[in-house]
Amino acid sequence: MNIVLVLEQTLNGLQLGVMLFLMAAGLTLVFGIMNLVNLAHGSFYMVGAYLATTFYQATGSFALGVLLGLAGTLVVGIVVELVALRTLYERDHLDQVLATFGLILFFNELMAMLWGRAAIYATIPGYLSGHVELFAGLRYPLYRLVIIAVGLAVAGLLWFVVARTRLGMLIRAGASNRAMVAALGVNIRLLYTLVFGFGAALAGLAGLMAGPIHVVQPGMGELILIEVFVVIVIGGIGSIRGAFAGALIVGMVDTLGRAFVRPMLATVLSPSAADTAGPALASMLIYLLMAIVLALRPQGLFPARS
Amino acid sequence: MRHKTLHTLIISLAAALVAAVPAIAQQMERQKVKIGFITTLSGPQGVIGEHMRNSVELALDHLGRKVGGLEVEVIYGDDQVKPDVGKQVADEMLKKHQVHFVAGIIWSNVMLAVAPTVTEAGTFMIGTNAGPHELAGKMCNELFFTTSWQNDETPEAMGKVMQDQGIEDVYVMAPNYAAGKDMVTGFKRYYKGRIVDEVYTRLGQTDYQAELSQLRSKNPKAVFVFYPGGMGISFLRQYSEAGLRGQFPLYSVYTVDEISIPAVKHAALGQWETRYWSPDLKNPANQKYVSEFRKKYGKMPVFYGAQSYDGIMLIDSAVRAVKGNLTDKKGMIAAMRKANFASTRGKFTYNTNHFPIQNFYLLKAVAGPTPGDDPVMEIQKTVFTNHRDSYIKECGMRW
Repeated sequence: MNIVLVLEQTLNGLQLGVMLFLMAAGLTLVFGIMNLVNLAHGSFYMVGAYLATTFYQATGSFALGVLLGLAGTLVVGIVVELVALRTLYERDHLDQVLATFGLILFFNELMAMLWGRAAIYATIPGYLSGHVELFAGLRYPLYRLVIIAVGLAVAGLLWFVVARTRLGMLIRAGASNRAMVAALGVNIRLLYTLVFGFGAALAGLAGLMAGPIHVVQPGMGELILIEVFVVIVIGGIGSIRGAFAGALIVGMVDTLGRAFVRPMLATVLSPSAADTAGPALASMLIYLLMAIVLALRPQGLFPARS
Repeated sequence: MRHKTLHTLIISLAAALVAAVPAIAQQMERQKVKIGFITTLSGPQGVIGEHMRNSVELALDHLGRKVGGLEVEVIYGDDQVKPDVGKQVADEMLKKHQVHFVAGIIWSNVMLAVAPTVTEAGTFMIGTNAGPHELAGKMCNELFFTTSWQNDETPEAMGKVMQDQGIEDVYVMAPNYAAGKDMVTGFKRYYKGRIVDEVYTRLGQTDYQAELSQLRSKNPKAVFVFYPGGMGISFLRQYSEAGLRGQFPLYSVYTVDEISIPAVKHAALGQWETRYWSPDLKNPANQKYVSEFRKKYGKMPVFYGAQSYDGIMLIDSAVRAVKGNLTDKKGMIAAMRKANFASTRGKFTYNTNHFPIQNFYLLKAVAGPTPGDDPVMEIQKTVFTNHRDSYIKECGMRW
């Protein structure tokens, strides 16, 4: 196993990790502060990808497409919160699961009606495609490096907002004791709407960055959503720090597992046994990890309320 | 007394009439061909079902909205890619709608649940995509016909292409599920060269960067993949983006088609595929199908659609042969075995297991006719002439 390959796979893991983090951040905040299980979080990922792709094609500018896509997803998130989810906060989790599952179907069919069922064309602008020679023997796609940079920057920004600003203070307070925050005269409804909207925009950011390299089609959000739930369970519900750690752990474990489990098994098992067990084990790893974390630390690695 | 007798008589007459109404209605219904068409109409895979339904409608347009000269009603059902749902839909079509034919089905696992249900009820099952090996072999049935292919045949053709070109050191990738393994089995039946590595990825995976890094480190001479639907779109984009397109030639089955090309555009250029049909196949039926499909729906048709179009034409030929007598199943079986209709693939014959004996071609994704057009699939050469599937010996049917 050569060192360059291991490094490259580590970068791949980091890239998947920051992508998962962008999704997990919004989901975990909504879960932690509003106590709302939002299965439709993947829909914002899809909305972001569709809007950015469409705006990019209409305006011819990738940057403008990204900005309009983000703003659009923010608006959609706020509207969904105002119209559909506001009434659900006091209901139990099963009602929320049912309602937000309904939203998944609604958004998937809406996209199919507006853009058709076929996957739409999405592409990377010329200045972001191509490779960067990081050092001899390791050429890495520029676009994926950009994803890593954006993801880390957003993580830093989120940390700043949550740890150093008044809004962040309210968010942290809301996560540890909602009733007390409301009793102190904070407009908790407005806080909810804002948090939900920005959570949706973060998911939209992940979606619009994934669009050109994955596939932009109805239902694209559900493919990543399961892994995102694994991330917040591992990281601890309601905690941004937990979401970041969980996302990086899941990204690394999944990527390195897919790359190296089978070759490693082949050194101890027969090749055919490794061929059968390798892919199965690699795709189970993150769930095994989740099970272990749940058994040893049911509250997650970095719980919000400690 | 007489009065009373008359009264009774009138009542019994009325009762008899009431009882007879359904029978009369049923007789009138018999004059109508009912076809239950099951495909996937919702979710991400619904795009395939849309192409199939559009092609069925186009076939009906071409037949003057009649099948075998009779009025026709097509009932569409959505299997949601689930075998149990497909079976439920088929049951409803058989019992409630009393269809004469069930047709369609994209997925092999759905087909294996639906086909026995339909044929056991004494109804025709006309497959227009899925070709699991069980139905070509042990489970073959005189009421089951398909207008597509047996699953192994397309990768067999690609295996032969790569074997004939003397390509050594092939890297093989497919999703980790039954069809993925079948495709690789079919490929290996004809490709006897060295396989560098065989990698199975998670079904529905969207990111292949980790696998592509591994691939590059193995430095193969060529790559063979099977990535249907959205997986193919992700894979092709990332393969191009990773700069592998110029480095390792990519050969595939069911990965690049007219559904995925508009989403990947230039990332598909140079791709090799094998298939039994292509929009540029030169025969009158196909040229009519392709041009009218493009006119009516504004996009290129795909093989799923061509097969569905053929399915309706096959049913039409059978009903025509028995002069609309839908109870004459023996007559319709005999008619279908002749494959006496203008197929979009050109003239073909049926093997004894009711799977087509047909040609397979090597296709390449090339630039469209005018700049700015999407790439198109173009036939390069014929790989197999009158190819038969490998499961015929397991089928006990003789005729």
